[in-house]
Amino acid sequence: MPEIIKRNKPLAVNPLKTSAPTGAALAFLGMRRAMPMLHGSQGCTAFAKVFFVRHFREPVPLQTTAMDQVATVMSADDNVIQGLVNICEKSRPDLIGLPTTGLSETQGTDIFRLVKDFRARYPQYDHVAVVPVNTPDFTGCLESGYAEAVRATIDTLVPEDRSRVGQRPRQVNVLAGSLLTPGDIEAIRELIESFDLRAMVLPDIGDSLDGHLTQDDFSPLTLGGTPVSEIASAGEAIATLTIGRSLGPAAELLARRTGVPDFRFDSLMGLAEVDAFVHTLSELSGRPVPERIERQRAQLQDAMVDTHFMMGFARVAMAADPDLLQAMSTLVQRMGGEVVAAVAPARGPGLAGVAAESVHIGDLEDLELMALDRHAELIVGSSHAVPAAQHLGLPILRAGFPLYDQVGGYQRTWVGYRGTRQALFDLANLRLEHHGQHHEIPAYHSRFRQPDTSGIATYASGGSFH
Amino acid sequence: MKASEVAELLNEPACSHNQKSKSGCARPKPGASAGGCAFDGAQIALLPIADVAHIVHGPIACAGNSWDNRGTRSSGPTLYRIGMTTDLTEQDVIMGRGEKRLLHSIRQAVERYRPAAVFVYNTCVTALIGDDVDAVCKAAGERLGLPVVPVDAAGFYGTKNLGNRIAGEAMIKYVIGTGEPDPLPESVAQDYAQRGIRVHTVNLIGEYNIAGEFWHVAPLFDELGIRILCSLSGDARYREVAAMHHAQVNMVVCSKALLNVARKMQERWGIPFFEGSFYGVEDTSRALRDFARLMGDADLCERTEALIAREEARIHAKLDAWRPRLSGKRVLLYTGGVKSWSVVSALQDLGMEVVATGTGKSTEEDKERIRELMGPEAKMLKSDSARELLNACYELRADMLIAGGRNLYTALKARLPFLDINQEREFGYAGYTGMVELARQLALTLESPVWEAVRRPAPWTRYAAPAPLNGADAALEVTDEDEGDVDFPTFSTPALARGA
Repeated sequence: MPEIIKRNKPLAVNPLKTSAPTGAALAFLGMRRAMPMLHGSQGCTAFAKVFFVRHFREPVPLQTTAMDQVATVMSADDNVIQGLVNICEKSRPDLIGLPTTGLSETQGTDIFRLVKDFRARYPQYDHVAVVPVNTPDFTGCLESGYAEAVRATIDTLVPEDRSRVGQRPRQVNVLAGSLLTPGDIEAIRELIESFDLRAMVLPDIGDSLDGHLTQDDFSPLTLGGTPVSEIASAGEAIATLTIGRSLGPAAELLARRTGVPDFRFDSLMGLAEVDAFVHTLSELSGRPVPERIERQRAQLQDAMVDTHFMMGFARVAMAADPDLLQAMSTLVQRMGGEVVAAVAPARGPGLAGVAAESVHIGDLEDLELMALDRHAELIVGSSHAVPAAQHLGLPILRAGFPLYDQVGGYQRTWVGYRGTRQALFDLANLRLEHHGQHHEIPAYHSRFRQPDTSGIATYASGGSFH
Repeated sequence: MKASEVAELLNEPACSHNQKSKSGCARPKPGASAGGCAFDGAQIALLPIADVAHIVHGPIACAGNSWDNRGTRSSGPTLYRIGMTTDLTEQDVIMGRGEKRLLHSIRQAVERYRPAAVFVYNTCVTALIGDDVDAVCKAAGERLGLPVVPVDAAGFYGTKNLGNRIAGEAMIKYVIGTGEPDPLPESVAQDYAQRGIRVHTVNLIGEYNIAGEFWHVAPLFDELGIRILCSLSGDARYREVAAMHHAQVNMVVCSKALLNVARKMQERWGIPFFEGSFYGVEDTSRALRDFARLMGDADLCERTEALIAREEARIHAKLDAWRPRLSGKRVLLYTGGVKSWSVVSALQDLGMEVVATGTGKSTEEDKERIRELMGPEAKMLKSDSARELLNACYELRADMLIAGGRNLYTALKARLPFLDINQEREFGYAGYTGMVELARQLALTLESPVWEAVRRPAPWTRYAAPAPLNGADAALEVTDEDEGDVDFPTFSTPALARGA
């Protein structure tokens, strides 16, 4: 287990952290016909919206309770109730996610009571699920806010009933952690379906934020995601597969409520990790592993052999939320590389599994300084880490949030045998390209040899050779 | 900030919104609001000052989701692109340790990055718990020996527009008037003197150098002998802002955002100002003429006219290549304020037809200009709902939508050609040269083959399966019958893709 080194400076420079309410909003964006509404000032929502629009290149439904000066000082309770009513009237959603923010938490809002008040006063909207969740900006990060929102969704929508386990004998629940991209979720669904099982993925940003054109030209709500009616059916599945340690509390709650057997996976990147998942699916379904999957496994093994030359002893510096940090660092370590610098924005259960000597709670300035100090050769981080990589003259593999300087990052598949294989190829190629540029042995010119005078092409002026 | 101070800023007398209704400053509606907060507005207005350390005092959300996402460019320092925040923890909030963290943060920033000055942005949480940001800034400034400027812009104070004004107010209160302009380099002064050109000094207020677009225009100023003391705030330096009060004329470039700065500079230092724009050939020429006129320098006026004639001829020759490709195309323009009419004239220059324009943030004066340009029947859109925007596009048979980045993916989802005209865009459209880029980008989206491809339903839903290929190309063609009634824009009818 790595040593966790606390934040050791007052100012965060080039922040790595994305706020918890933003993470909660992301979880709600993975539910069908949903609208997240942040309880805070307009900016809380506007910034989060721009953040997601840049990352996903999609219109993103996100509302605000729009606290102004009067509401902030006197009371913002009416803002919440009015906001819920306005969304119900205007957009007719199936679900409204209601994360709090630093502002409303500092003010001392009681979001659960407000939802009760809303229920009492507006029974005509009983069919609209409302999920409140406490996510002050000053605690946690994107991952923790996301996990909190998943837990709150289960808490609100899954009834206490342990008698229905297995009534849907082909259904498995998947609690999908924030380390997964829409591309990842698609791949996981396909993997599960190849065992003739059916996946109920919560939340399913693979269905809502995968970037697809629809027949309808516009929707004020999420276009896809986990159907709210399906969430309640979680208790009828044969198993729950949870990906990402941060979702531990959510998995625990779901298991307690429904009695559905509970399987946990830290990540689905890397041979051993995917093996564990595939093995579980095979046992659950009672089917042998399909040949196609066996073949993909063999392909990954081949890629591991091919790329170990580039990945062995590779010195990697990385910055990400805890679960992703754990997944990435483990992949590098299993390939013979070394994670020389690991930075996380906040604590999380995933940090205990990070394959590095220590993890710093910090920012991208820390990443840059440590990478320099420890002679890193490769960076793993979001688009925000690109300038740091440029300053250091190092290649970067883009992962995490936000990705805005390239197209399609959100759709990249990291998981499964095939996803892992591609990640290894990309890591190895970055090493190859970079090695070619920077680590050639400088030519040695012996004093006993005459300088060359012919056969050298040069663009230097005056035709002088050197 | 006290409620009375907020009210005073809202009541900007030079703002023509205030002579009619206060439509631009209405209270937001919970659950049905869009747009940023006062902090957003303040940060946008000042962040382009390139050699300043911009510290956001608050929990992570404010800076974490917004740092380094502006399109503004600097010709020198890049300190403004480094995100800095006190990233308050729960303990800081509960135990009241925010002020102490801020003080140490300022020191950390100064020692490590040697900024020309530090700006500290107050946010919602720190305003609510009562951190005395002014006092911390004062103490830090005295101890560290550099200007530390508080910008009290908690998000809940109000809208983005209010935030712009708060930023302007902070500049008036703490920065403008505290410095002297750099002396003109000897050789430069001599050069102008030899050519008998009197050098004049001006400021631009509300010019943000998005995508570096002002660099299209700046050479013209140099040529005319007009020295831009400061552009607030595109590609600006702190010392330039401090010396703004030495200018002879101010130009307010972006709408009403920093009008209060221009008005107060007029009151305090007697500097006249005018409002204008650098979008479109006509407006650029008008702006240059206005400068010359307000200087009262006959020689400058003459040289300005010559320059305008030369530049217009040059650019029209270049635009002639684009005009036939764009002319007659129908555009729905959705943007606020000055741009609602300044871009109209730019598009009309290109022979395009503007079928409607948004007037969400426009004043009566702006609307008057629109009517002048588009005729008394000009269609004006007030609502900013994406649904209504698309409906208007269909009703008016618009070929494309020009709007802010917020509506970009709305348009693309509706398979509608789109041009981004607001702050986040990646291309510069200012000045004469910018018009060519504008024309190029308009053609790029309008003429793109992707629109046809994405509007056409999958072959198995609309068309008969291709006949076996017996050497005939006919299999690739569709019969007239099949062409039938495809009504592309109305994608809300689910029947379309499923086929009849």
